[in-house]
Amino acid sequence: MRELTDGSTAIVRGAVDAGCDFFAGYPITPASQILTGMSREMPLVGGVAIQGEDEISSIGMCIGATMAGARAMTATSGPGISLYSENIGMAIIGEVPLVIIDVQRLGPSTGGATTAAQGDVQFVRWGTGGGYPIIALAPSSVPECYTLTMKAFDLAERFRCPVFVLTDKELNLTATTVDIDAYEKVPVRPRSRMAPGESAGAPYSYQPPDAVGPIATYGDDTPVRFTGSTHDERAFITKDPQTVGALNEHLVAKIENHQDEIDMVVADIDPGADTALLSYGITAGSMREAVRVARAGGRPVSALTIQSLWPVPEPAILGLLESHERVIVGELNHGQYRREIERLAARKTDVVGVHRTDGTLITPQDFLEALS
Amino acid sequence: MNPTTVTTLGSYRNDSPYPFCPGCGHKSILDHLNEALVELQADPMKTVIVTDIGCAGLSDQYFATSAFHGLHGRSVTYATGIKLAQPDLTVIVVMGDGGTGIGGTHLLNAARRNIGVTVLVFNNFNYGMTGGQHSATTPEGAFTTTTPGGNPERPLDICGSVGVNGAGYVWRGTSFDADLTQRICEAVTSDSFALLDIWELCTAYFVKSNQFSRRALESTLETLGFQTGVLYREGRPEYSRALRESARIPGTVPGGPVPVEQNWSASLERPFMIELAGSAGGRVRSAARIGALAAIRSGLYASQRDDYPVTVKTGHSLAKLLLSDRPIDYAGSDRPDMLVILTADGLGKVRSRAAGLSSDSIILTVPEFADIESGAEVRVVDPASLPDRVPKADLGLLALAAAVRHSGVFPVDALRAAAAEGPFGESNAAAVEAGIRLAGL
Ligand code: SF4
Repeated sequence: MRELTDGSTAIVRGAVDAGCDFFAGYPITPASQILTGMSREMPLVGGVAIQGEDEISSIGMCIGATMAGARAMTATSGPGISLYSENIGMAIIGEVPLVIIDVQRLGPSTGGATTAAQGDVQFVRWGTGGGYPIIALAPSSVPECYTLTMKAFDLAERFRCPVFVLTDKELNLTATTVDIDAYEKVPVRPRSRMAPGESAGAPYSYQPPDAVGPIATYGDDTPVRFTGSTHDERAFITKDPQTVGALNEHLVAKIENHQDEIDMVVADIDPGADTALLSYGITAGSMREAVRVARAGGRPVSALTIQSLWPVPEPAILGLLESHERVIVGELNHGQYRREIERLAARKTDVVGVHRTDGTLITPQDFLEALS
Repeated sequence: MNPTTVTTLGSYRNDSPYPFCPGCGHKSILDHLNEALVELQADPMKTVIVTDIGCAGLSDQYFATSAFHGLHGRSVTYATGIKLAQPDLTVIVVMGDGGTGIGGTHLLNAARRNIGVTVLVFNNFNYGMTGGQHSATTPEGAFTTTTPGGNPERPLDICGSVGVNGAGYVWRGTSFDADLTQRICEAVTSDSFALLDIWELCTAYFVKSNQFSRRALESTLETLGFQTGVLYREGRPEYSRALRESARIPGTVPGGPVPVEQNWSASLERPFMIELAGSAGGRVRSAARIGALAAIRSGLYASQRDDYPVTVKTGHSLAKLLLSDRPIDYAGSDRPDMLVILTADGLGKVRSRAAGLSSDSIILTVPEFADIESGAEVRVVDPASLPDRVPKADLGLLALAAAVRHSGVFPVDALRAAAAEGPFGESNAAAVEAGIRLAGL
């Protein structure tokens, strides 16, 4: 059986099926449908959805609710992520599991509210002070909006950190036909909570650096501290260099040492191809169409869809770079992810960009022209 | 929810001494808070002290309760999230007057909602931790490091602001007031948004630059005409519970996929796009949606991309209906196989694209636009030739039916069936019949 639906709806369903029970957001095109969808769904599953007075309050409420035991999500677009920035940093240092949906639209500033773009790729990675890692997933189809939203909740719990789902206006607002079987449910691990009696006096642990400790929640059987400042394991503010160093090392190591648990790509490799296409999000759809046309015309070509943008899934990309003479990167910005590919290529493989920032999608024809 | 465990405590302070300057008002306010918690025998497990930034923001570290130490001015947002997730917790916000400026909107909105948290404003008219800059509450004329010639701004009346906007309990006084403990108890037990505006001394900066004193606190209150004592007391439903009650729509269930039955079949050799170009009010988008559902009923894959101005109810309304034999990966094409132009608004948006179409595309339009410049074949249908006048709102669906009939892209019976569903089933079905008829003329 098939249905007619869009990415916003799939994200809302993914959140509900992932056990999300708290949503706060502020209206913004093209993310508002997620706010309205969650407002409808949350009460039906015993959760809470609230429209904050602004973006800052929306993410703030999500962080507070998570510390009180909720599984929280928020959704916005680029201008809203700008306002989230400071709290994203707090979620990182306070180790708060949180899912942030960024439905990209054309920027900078108000830009084009109903215009396609993939301009927030580097922004979500570096969008808060300090430069600490986040995780970002990018669905390239409506069923992936569902699956990767679930996956984002799982990774948020695993690594106690904010996880972005980076989607865009086209994916979220275009209604399309989906085979209902295509919605792949993924397991979402339960929150690792401190057992009753366990010392919640130390809600943070940094040893070994990449270990992620269980979360202590307000209302449990022991007082719980949370802080957005540089802190010791008991969440007291400190400047002790050894403690501060251990905390900051931990924030990096817990993600970077476990990339194999995060990396997600879809590789479609033709061993006879000298050129590979690489893309993500809505542009990967155009890429798949281009691959079909090229192959039907007898032109061998490989393709790699990146589903986990951050941290960069380096092994898969390095493999692609090694086995092809040329990699064509397509994205709706001036080459934000191409930078990462060029860094990995280290000038040994030819990296070519296909980019648009005129508000229209990269077409299959654009890829085919770059191929020829 | 865990069973409530009540641990009686003689003090809610931990062993750490306060870090504040000698004579700083923070110490005495926190001592009153401690007394209040003892008097209430608050369960430390169920009590969260929420702070943000500055000297007052350090407060949570000296208590044996749960704590949340967040960003400048945002403490009320965290408190709101905590309370919404667990309405049974006692949530107490400690913020400085700086927070009432940067986070003023959060205060107003929390008051308006009547979220059941207690806010203690440690109001010493300047930023202590960052070096004595002026704040939203600095009295006019006062000297601070950023108002060296005297503050030209009017001070914010925090109590008045949250009070007129619905706060359940509002009190103003000073850190020297003997009834402060009792007022904190009243605020915490009020089950509403409660705010205490507590005037106090920053001995490091404000006292020094303004020769300020306890007496000056009182005379400033008088000069400004700011009342003290309990200023507002209102019984309204507490928000975190009220929201849970109000948000549920009876009879609704969580939304899952809505499967569309496939009763017809159609085959396509390549993707086929019908684009409708009309005006707001012509129900162009709902027509395209019916078309998409009809295509799915015929075993096809369909996508629908809309384009309309942000104002929604005026100007153009475009809908691209892309049909394919296999899942659609790219729905962005600008070359419709059939371009249906219904109104001048629609024509305005597609005129240049229409001009670029070649003879393998068809433009379907009304007599008014029959002379459109285009490389495509132009076919004209005339709704006026029908026996009944077609309402404007049905034009989009009528034209879509004509386009489906013309192109034979999927069976018109599938469109009939899709149109007959939903709240406008009868008029939609009539529009489809009219369109099919028109295409046959
Ligand atoms: S600087 Fe002012 S507010 Fe801060 S501790 Fe000293 S007296 Fe108190």
